[in-house]
Amino acid sequence: MASARILQNWSVRIGASVIAAMVLVAVAAPWLGTVDPSLFDAGSRDLLPGQSGDITTLEGETLRHTFLMGSDSFGRDIYSRVIYGTRVSLVVGIATALLALAAGIVCGLGAGYLRWLDGVLMRFMDGVMAIPAILIAIALVALWRGSIFTVVVAIAIPEIPRVTRLVRSLVLTIREEPYVEAAIALGTPTWKIMFGHILPNCIAPLLVQGTFTCAFAILVEAILSFLGVGLPPDIPTWGNIMAEGRAQFVSFPHNVFFPGIFLAVTVLAVNILGDGLRDTLDPKMAKRV
Amino acid sequence: MSVLEVNDLSIDLPPGGDRAQAVSRASFAVGRGEILCLVGESGSGKSVIAQGVMGLLPRTLPLAGGSIRLEGEELRGIGAARLRQLRATRMSMIFQEPMTALNPVMTCGEQIDEVLRFHSGLSAGDRERRILDIVSEVALPDPARIVASYPHQLSGGQRQRIMIAMALVLEPALLIADEPTTALDVTTQAQILGLILALQKKHGTGVLFITHDFGVVAEIAHRVAVLRLGELVEIGTRDEVLQRPRHEYTKMLIGSVPTLKPHGRPADPGAPIVLRTRRLSKTYVDRHWLAHAREVRAAEDVTLEVRRGQTLGIVGESGSGKSTVARCIVRLVDPTSGEIRLGGDEIATMGAAALRPLRRRVQIVFQDPYRSLNPRRTVGEAIIEGPLNYGVSRAEALERARKLMALVRMDGAALSRYPHQFSGGQRQRICIARALAMEPELLIADEAVSALDVSVQAQVLELLEEIRTRLNLAMLFITHDLRVAAQVCDQVAVMSKGRVVEYGPAEEIFLRPQHEYTRTLFEAAPGRHFAFGST
Repeated sequence: MASARILQNWSVRIGASVIAAMVLVAVAAPWLGTVDPSLFDAGSRDLLPGQSGDITTLEGETLRHTFLMGSDSFGRDIYSRVIYGTRVSLVVGIATALLALAAGIVCGLGAGYLRWLDGVLMRFMDGVMAIPAILIAIALVALWRGSIFTVVVAIAIPEIPRVTRLVRSLVLTIREEPYVEAAIALGTPTWKIMFGHILPNCIAPLLVQGTFTCAFAILVEAILSFLGVGLPPDIPTWGNIMAEGRAQFVSFPHNVFFPGIFLAVTVLAVNILGDGLRDTLDPKMAKRV
Repeated sequence: MSVLEVNDLSIDLPPGGDRAQAVSRASFAVGRGEILCLVGESGSGKSVIAQGVMGLLPRTLPLAGGSIRLEGEELRGIGAARLRQLRATRMSMIFQEPMTALNPVMTCGEQIDEVLRFHSGLSAGDRERRILDIVSEVALPDPARIVASYPHQLSGGQRQRIMIAMALVLEPALLIADEPTTALDVTTQAQILGLILALQKKHGTGVLFITHDFGVVAEIAHRVAVLRLGELVEIGTRDEVLQRPRHEYTKMLIGSVPTLKPHGRPADPGAPIVLRTRRLSKTYVDRHWLAHAREVRAAEDVTLEVRRGQTLGIVGESGSGKSTVARCIVRLVDPTSGEIRLGGDEIATMGAAALRPLRRRVQIVFQDPYRSLNPRRTVGEAIIEGPLNYGVSRAEALERARKLMALVRMDGAALSRYPHQFSGGQRQRICIARALAMEPELLIADEAVSALDVSVQAQVLELLEEIRTRLNLAMLFITHDLRVAAQVCDQVAVMSKGRVVEYGPAEEIFLRPQHEYTRTLFEAAPGRHFAFGST
């Protein structure tokens, strides 16, 4: 019943369709007329979108290739790099959201339900929130060296306090509900009350928060890569492509334009999906539409 | 001429509701100086009529037909500007919840002044005098202080007086009162009803009074209109409707109102004691490391006994500590001092681990049937949760759940459905089944019928009574409603400000109350002198 209502919402429909298309693109990347994104050819440097040129495979074979989005200053195919970059962005976005939610749920349930833990844990979270998210992420990636895993962890950590606060505030209201008190009277163990009664009633706002975290993570990953502190340059990500195109932006704007469009559309779609979910899942908001 | 004339009024519900119209072809009139009570159960459309008259209907509930005339002027299709002029000057409204109806960031004086500023040409000095006049007219002490106070600094009754002052300051011809005393304690309710009566008589205001409480109707109505699922089923003078109801539905409703006479059932004084508290106290301490600790004594020296097969009622107004006592006994809160003896076990100071095996012996049913069941769990899951916690196998627990559903007169198929698919009364039955699944010795009903409509309330009370006799349960029945207490209790403890002021057999307390507070409470019970027609 609830799922039918969610699917009737146009924001959800549009956001989910765009994301589904992106996932499809990421999965089907090798079959979308792409070449290995790390291939380059000195003869095909700085081609404009739609131009043809040669590209040399690792085996030394030279292929004729149409550069749909042009090529960069090394003669790499931007189209292939952008398409493969979709994989990185989606993985980082989704993994970060899941990680931040999982950690935030545990901390938030603990702080909200076990009052002795609340003071210590929340002051620590306040401390983390006092440092700008990007700075923490830069520091952590610098400390660990860039890989998808470290980038995900580095972006997730500053997001954890936000999720924790959300979960804690939800727990503080839900724990006073008579059905929780009834469960206590029924002798239900504390962990079962936390995960069996309280958590399922937090899901709707968490889903919404998850989408916003996901969008933010995609953006931060691009920012880190753009600043050169994210993933190493040999992995194609939208941020990396834009960073490398930056120097030539005036003469060859396509280097920045195409990854930028993908980034903007993806983040927008995730945010639209989040807005739609909020409108349909939050009964108070739903009443107003 | 009538102040308000409503003819053939129909208001649509959005498609997909349980019926097509919130109100269908309702006709009634309120005369000058007359109080018309609009009675009905929840969902009958009584508040929608009030909103329709005031022009406050949400866009989802369009006026579908009929006419509304205020002093002869048709309100249907009237412009927003004219409607705004009429509100406060010719008609005004008071609401159920005086805290949310007042703006918390404005003083009471400013809020009354706002009405005068927009609707009267009075000068600032005249307005100030008028405000002080009306505040003393609604019998608030020290008007100058009250006018300068913010709503949170006043009690519920005082806030409702401010609402009445605001509504009456421009002497409107029509006052709509939408359940104005439902959120108030019974003694405050009696005062507010008295105030509305006095002011209405003095100014000759026509009053459309909306309520679900027949006691209140008996107290103040001149005429009564009974509403059922949007249809006006009966209208007549108070005595006609309450004593000689013609329509079946009215008869059923009035038959469901419990009497104030104790039931007079003999109780065995030698029955074994299931629960005994001695000098039970709970003090809440609000500690903050920067401020002084604040202490609230919620319950003090409460000594009670509940015997097997009998019902002890705890009666009191809000804040009297009756729920605190219940929550201490279930150990949802830890008592500060005193003893709680359950059979042979002293549980007041028991640690969580030692307490666990004893929890199943005391079960509780709460007031709000909409919040007592986890919305994300099926009814079956809710009922078997307790037995599963104590090692009963799933199959056995489900079997027990099916039997209990039959006991609370519900269909076994309900087990696989979710709580939102049931009405309030059905949910309360499910909560009772959940409590009984633990096979408790003591069942606590904490205002368990207070949120229910009177006809549903009667059914649930009957069910509780049947269960108590059949299972020979001890019951602790907490209520603010003296009528309900009279119907179910063998013993009664009257609580006020955290203390038990009077305690004894129900018969004694109801017929010969000793303590002054108990007498005040009974005096305040609405409709106490009124004999409702039997069916």
